[in-house]
Formats: sequence, C-alpha cells, structure tokens
Amino acid sequence: MSDWPILSIVTFLPLVGAALLLLINGEEATVARNSRWVALWTSGFTFLVSLMLWVNFDATTADFQFVEQADWMPGLNISYHMGVDGISVLFVLLATFLTPICILSAWEAIQKRVKEYMIAFLVLETMMVGMFSALDGLLFYLFFEGVLIPMFIIIGVWGGQRRVYAAFKLFLYTLLGSVLMLVALLAMYFEAGTTDIPTLMEYGFAYNMQLWLWLAFFASFAVKVPMWPVHTWLPDAHVEAPTAGSVILAGVLLKMGGYGFLRFSLPMMPLASETFAPLVFTLSIVAIIYTSLVALAQQDMKKLIAYSSVAHMGIVTVGAFTFNQHGIEGSIFQMLSHGVVSGALFLCVGVVYDRIHTREIDAYGGLVHRMPSYALIFMFFTMASVGLPGTGGFVGEILALLGAFEANTWVAFFAATGLILGAAYALYLYRRIIFGALTKENLKTILDLSPREWIIFAPLVIIVLWMGVYPVSFLDIMHVSVENLVNQVETAQAAAAQAAQLAAN
Amino acid sequence: MLNLGAALPEMFMAVSALALLMLGVFAGKDKAFRTVSWLAVAAQIVAIALVVMGDGGSAFYGQFSADPFAKFCKVLILIGSATGIIMSMNFAERENMARFEFPILITLATLGMMAMVSATDMLSLYLGLELQSLALYVVAAIRRDTVRSTESGLKYFILGSIASGILLYGMSMVYGFTGTTNFTVLGDTLVGGDLPLGALVGLAFIFAGLCFKVSAVPFHMWTPDVYEGAPTPVTSFFAVAPKIAGLALFIRVAVGPFGGAVEDWQQIIVLISILSMAVGSFAALRQENIKRLMAYSSIGHVGFALVGLAAGTQEGVTGVLVYLGIYLVMNLGTFAVILCMRRNDRMNEEITDLAGLAKTKPLMAAITAIFMFSMAGIPPLAGFFGKFYVFKAAVDSGLVTLAVIGLVTSVVSAYYYLRIIKVMYFDEPVEGFDRNGTEMNVIMAVATIIILAFVFFPNPLMDSAAVAAASLFGM
Repeated sequence: MSDWPILSIVTFLPLVGAALLLLINGEEATVARNSRWVALWTSGFTFLVSLMLWVNFDATTADFQFVEQADWMPGLNISYHMGVDGISVLFVLLATFLTPICILSAWEAIQKRVKEYMIAFLVLETMMVGMFSALDGLLFYLFFEGVLIPMFIIIGVWGGQRRVYAAFKLFLYTLLGSVLMLVALLAMYFEAGTTDIPTLMEYGFAYNMQLWLWLAFFASFAVKVPMWPVHTWLPDAHVEAPTAGSVILAGVLLKMGGYGFLRFSLPMMPLASETFAPLVFTLSIVAIIYTSLVALAQQDMKKLIAYSSVAHMGIVTVGAFTFNQHGIEGSIFQMLSHGVVSGALFLCVGVVYDRIHTREIDAYGGLVHRMPSYALIFMFFTMASVGLPGTGGFVGEILALLGAFEANTWVAFFAATGLILGAAYALYLYRRIIFGALTKENLKTILDLSPREWIIFAPLVIIVLWMGVYPVSFLDIMHVSVENLVNQVETAQAAAAQAAQLAAN
Repeated sequence: MLNLGAALPEMFMAVSALALLMLGVFAGKDKAFRTVSWLAVAAQIVAIALVVMGDGGSAFYGQFSADPFAKFCKVLILIGSATGIIMSMNFAERENMARFEFPILITLATLGMMAMVSATDMLSLYLGLELQSLALYVVAAIRRDTVRSTESGLKYFILGSIASGILLYGMSMVYGFTGTTNFTVLGDTLVGGDLPLGALVGLAFIFAGLCFKVSAVPFHMWTPDVYEGAPTPVTSFFAVAPKIAGLALFIRVAVGPFGGAVEDWQQIIVLISILSMAVGSFAALRQENIKRLMAYSSIGHVGFALVGLAAGTQEGVTGVLVYLGIYLVMNLGTFAVILCMRRNDRMNEEITDLAGLAKTKPLMAAITAIFMFSMAGIPPLAGFFGKFYVFKAAVDSGLVTLAVIGLVTSVVSAYYYLRIIKVMYFDEPVEGFDRNGTEMNVIMAVATIIILAFVFFPNPLMDSAAVAAASLFGM
C-alpha cells in the first residue's frame, strides 16, 4: 500500500467529487439531495483514506513521510513535492475530519444553490489539505491563496446581512498579507535557487535577509492567525459566514497561519524569529487580554466566539515562539483542540440559529428547560474552550504556558491571566443563553437536538475527550518532529551567538 | 540575402487580404461578409501553420527576422485576431456593421503587427507599426453612423499620429547620432553607460511612442475612451493583438538596439510600470462601464508585463512572454462574456447588468468568475503564473521594491475584479441575458480550460517562451 500516492489522493479526491457534482442536473430538489449525498460520501471517504496517513505514520522519525515528488516546472527547478511530518499530518487529519461535519451541518441550513455550496466546500478541502502537505514553497502558496476563492464565495453567497463587506474584507486583507509572502518566497528562491521547503530549511539565510523575510512572512501569517491588530477581518467574516463556513474558518483556516510559523518562520529564519520573539509575545498577550475583554462585551454569539478565537490563537503564537519542546507541542496541540472546540461552538450557535434565526444573545435564555441535551453539549464545549482538565483545551494551554514559563515568566503570567478572562466570557455567554427563566415566546416551542445533530456532535465530543484524557496518542506523533525543529532552531541560534562572541573577542 | 522564405507568412497574409478584398468587391455589397470573415479566419490559421513550420532566418538585408521570438509573438497575435474576427461576426450582423472590409482590415492590421514583431530595423519597424495603426484607426470608427464609434476612431487617430510622430522623431535622433537604423549594428554601437546624449534623447522619444501604442501610463489617456467607444468586438481585438504586438516590439527595441544600455532605460521602464499598475488599479475602482473597466485593467496588465521587461534579463523577457500568452487567453474569454451581455437583443455594458448572473446563467457566471480570479492573479489559476514569472524576474534583478509595489497594486486591482464576481453572485438577478452564440460558448470553454489546466501543464507555454526569449538574447 505504501507506494500509493496517499497524499495526492487525499488532496485531490474532493476535487473529483466536485467534478462529479458539476455533472448533476435536473430538478432543483433532486439536485440538492444528490449534491448533499455526493459531497458527504466524498468527504467521508476522503477522511477514511486520510486515516491511512495516521495508521501508517512512523512517529519515530522527523523525516517527511508519504513523500511524492514529480516534475512540475523543471525549467524553474520547481517540483510537485508533497509530504507530511509530525507537525503537519495532524492538520491534514483535522481538515479531512471537519469537512464532512461541515457538510452534514449544512444539510438543512443551506437550501439555496446547494450544489454550488457543496462544490465550494470540496474545493476548499482540496486547498486546505494541499496546503498542509505541500513541500514546495510555490505549491504551498498556491494552496494558501487558493483557499480564498471558495471562502469568498461561501461567505458572499450564503452569508448574513453584511456578507459582501465581510467577504471583501477577508479576501483583501489576506491577499495583501500573502503577496508580501510571495515576494519573500521569490527572494528565497533567488537566494537558494529552489523553492523546495526541506532544502530551504537547511539553507541558512544571512541574518539581515532573515529579518526581511521574516517580516514578509509574518505579514501573511499574522493576518491569517489572526494576531492583534490585524484581526479585525475575523469577527466580520465569522459573523457573516454560514455556520459551516465559520466552522472551517475557525477550525482549519486560522491554523494555516500558525502552521506557517512552524513550517517557515522558525526553521528557515531562526535568528530573525529570536529577534522578533518579543514582538510576537507582546502582540499575542495584547490579543489574549484585549480580545478577551472585547469578547465579554459582545451581544452577538458568533462575534463572541470569534474574539475568543483570536485570544486562543494568541496562546498558539506564544507557544510557537518559545522555541522549546513544551511550547511548540502546546502550540500545535492548542491549534488542534481549538480547531475542534471552536468548530463545535460555532455548530452549537448554528443549532439555535437554525431554529430562531438570530444570533443576539439577549434573544435567548432558559434554553435548558426545552433543550437539555443541547445544554449538555454546549456546556461540554464551553468547558473545553475554557480549558477544563479532561478536555483537549486543557492540554494545549498547559503545555503552551509551561513552555512560556520556561522562556519568560512574564509572558506566562500575562497569558495565564487571559485564561481567567476566557473563563469569564465563556461562562457568561453560557449563563445568558442556557440558564434563567424561559420567558421568550418563540423559545417555548424550540426543539432539542435532532438525530442528525447528534451525529454531528458525537464525534466532536469523542475527539475532545480523547485529546483531554489521553493526549499522548497525539503528542507522540508530533514529538520527534518538534524535537527536530527545536534542535534546528537552537543550533542555529547557538551558532550565531558563538559567532557574535568570537567577533566580540 | 533576399530570403523570402522567412517572410512567407507575411506574404501569404498580404496576398490573402488582397484576394479577400477582391472577393468582397465582386460579390457585391456586404453580402459576402460572412464568407470573407471565415476566409480571413482560415487565412490566419494557415498563417499560424506557416509561422510554426517556417525555418526562421532573416530577410530583406537584415531588416526582418523570423526568429523564435517573432514566431512566438506572431502565433499569439494570429490567435488573437482570428478569435477577434470570429467573435465579431454575429455582433456585426446584428448591429448593422457587417461590412466585408472589417475582416480585411483586421487581416491587414495583423499583417502590420507581424511585420512589427519581426522588425530588426527602425524602418521596417515603422512600416509595420503604421500599417497596423492605420488599419486600426479605421476599424475603431467602423460604425461610422454612430457618434461614439467615430469619436473613438478620431481620438485614436489624432493621438496615435502624434505618438507615431514622436516615435519617428526619436528614431531620427538615434539615426543622427549613430548613423544606422539596424538593430544589430545599433546594439553593437550603443554599449555601456556612456550613450551619446542624442541617442539617449532618441531612446526616450522612442519609448514614449511605444508607451502610447501599448497604452502605458502616462500615455494611456486614449485607452478608456477608445475602448468604450469602439464596437465591442473591436475593443476585444484592441485589448489583445495590438497590445501583444506593441509589447513584443517594446521588448525587441529595448533589449535589441539598446540592450547594451540596460541601466539607461531600466529606470524609465520601472517608473512607467509602477505608474501603469497604479493607474490601472486605482482608476478602475469606480468604473461602471465594463469596457472602460477592461481598458484600465489592460493598462494595469501592461504595467505588470513591463515589470518583466524592467528586469532587463532573458528571464524577464520570458516572464513577459508567458504573461502575454496568459493575458491573451484571459482577455479573449472575458470579452466573449462581455459580448454575451445581450438582453432583448440589445447590448449591455454596465457592470450592474451582470447582477445575479449566477442564478440566470450559472455556468457563464462560474466561467466569468474564473476569468476574474485569474485576472486578479489568484492561484491556482493561470493569471497567477503570469504575475509569478514577471515578479520572479524582477526580484532576481534586485528590483524588490518594484515587486512589492506591483503586488500591492495587484491587491487593489483584485477589488474591482471581485466586484464583478460580487455583482454576479451576491446581488439579486435582473432579467436574464439572451442565448449565447455557439462560437462564444466555445471560446469561453476553451479559455476556461486553459486557465484551469495551466497549473498542471505549465511547460509548453513556458518552454516556448524561454526559447523565444533566448533567441533574442543570443542575437
């Protein structure tokens, strides 16, 4: 089996599904039904194939695995190079895991242009998986930017009131960041003569160049993460996106920025990363505390969760720039758990939104009386978001904070403060929606979770518990790769320090 | 030295244009429009075959060269004009401009362009350029009974003549200070940073004239008016073939006779390129007429193409050629869409007329969206690779600032391309368009397939562009 190009299959299978969808024609209701099933089967099957990656992954090596390399543009020395290591393989799985859930969640919520919606999601899946498995800079860029096309359409067509504004903001913000990354990639290509990521990791750019490259990459990834103060597109995009769009946005797209830091900034520009680490720490801490406070004041459920995402991603960036094993593992773990948990929270919002069609927190209250199961599920994910021990959220946060503590006590202190605020807004949100008296007329007939919604939430609950109770099964996979990354960074930094000392003597 | 074989495609085109003229005249008033048009298309296709199969070489005492560079550009030009004629036929018959002279004029203009890109002497350059321009002036005003078309033709003629005058003046300066008009000799003479002042002035004049022809800022003022006023098929032709020919000529002049003096003209091109990109991006933001929008878009695209030329390297020229190839496909596709914007048998040119196209014609909307994303340079579509190559060349030559400015303006331009998508997808539909002609559907489909498939098969275009660029630098 190992000679199968599994990564390419996982990447392009959704595209095949999208092509099949194009062929569906006929009456609107039939088309809609068939499209849903085709999309579900395709993404489900893609997920199953991607499990092959998990099963066959060799966690004892930091090398890239499932590597595929083929000529693409031989004249430019750019090739189609795919592969995963312990850092990226879990993100691939995250993407393939969340896509079927998104499709299922849109089953009834999306009633117009169902076929196009499903095509957009399958194309999006291809882009996401491809981005996490690309081992060539240009290929990476292709997928990284390509994500914008389906996302723009998803928000713009199926979004809420201010969807046009949100879609444009998302697109232009991200594009502006990305083009700077393109210039940096071109500069690296000019310097090293290749865009091959493993080669670039070994290359060792001069310090001055690293600074510029780092800033250019930072422009792109910081927007994507998003870091304060370039986060403002996120609340807009989240609020206006349809539920599944929010899920994928919070679940996977934000991780592209964090992944970018770990794949490009740290290994290729270790010295610049060290130089700019205080900047990252500062911005992250501002993000954690400031956006948590902002979240407290929100009236819109989705906006609140969107701001909480910014805060959580702040923990991720803090962890990534600690340059130690705990911090980086925590950062990756936090991304994975946040991907699942915030996705689930958006789905929770989607459940009541589908019934009442408002996201105003004040429009709810006392839901526990009519929707006990929903209250349970919502509580579970709220707790996971807060970082209750036993859920995935706890492990990521504690590791990242541990790493931060090793690197800088103050950073750890401020980041931990953010967690308290996190608990405050999450519980406050929960109280206002679930508890209290059931006074609102339209809530008195609201129905509890349907079997379909149970099916959506069940795997998410299982994963979050699994991540919380037995995190080793995930940490083991990334351990060796992270170790290798830390070594790489430390060696480069030590060498530079030594050189500086020699020069001083 | 009279190697006529090298100029076989041009001679074929000239003969067929005259033969078609005869046919048109003898068949009687405009009845032969369709026949003449199809025969003209056939002539272009035969010419493509002749170009591809021709074994190159130079002719007319070094005034004319059929090197791979010329071949590459000629193929693009011929594809552009053949498609242009096909796209114009139904339009012409409906809009009462079905004159048989139209395809013949296009053929003659194409002949001029072919001569231009093959020119290796100032004089043959000018001959080709004028043949092209004169034919185009007439074509712009072909609907002589409408004010807008005649106005557009007149504007184009007056401003074009001034530009030709400037160009000619520059040539005479260069000739006066070097004593030759031959590119090869000039290239050997004008080496290094110590260009004679007169030649430098001549160079500036020549570049100004050429900038006018490719509508680069600050010589772009005619473009929006002419694009808007000319009948749409003419606009679609203007946006493609003359642009390609003009840029090819620009490249040939810049790296041929002035190839030794790159540092003398690099800053000019950098400035023109930045201005074109900026004007193309910012001025288009508030356009409501889609033809005007395409005019500004084409100004921006010229700016992007010039980024490659500014690099002044073989790689940069390769980048420009790849860019032109992709630009040709995107533009033909987009203009096919614009020509399909007909409602109740009337043409529509406002962007808002596209509202809700995704509901009324989902496939056409999807195709248009692909064209727009590609024009904006979003990967994995072909338009991205065009930008990628030119900016790569710029970065390689150390023009990082230019690359950054260019890419930032490309973000600005993304806004107006996205606006078209927004109108099609997010707005409520207005009344649907009339049925598309089959030929339009074919053109749109082919363009879409090329744009989508380029990411998988980039090498045919890239390799031939590389060969073409190499021939220019091996000279």
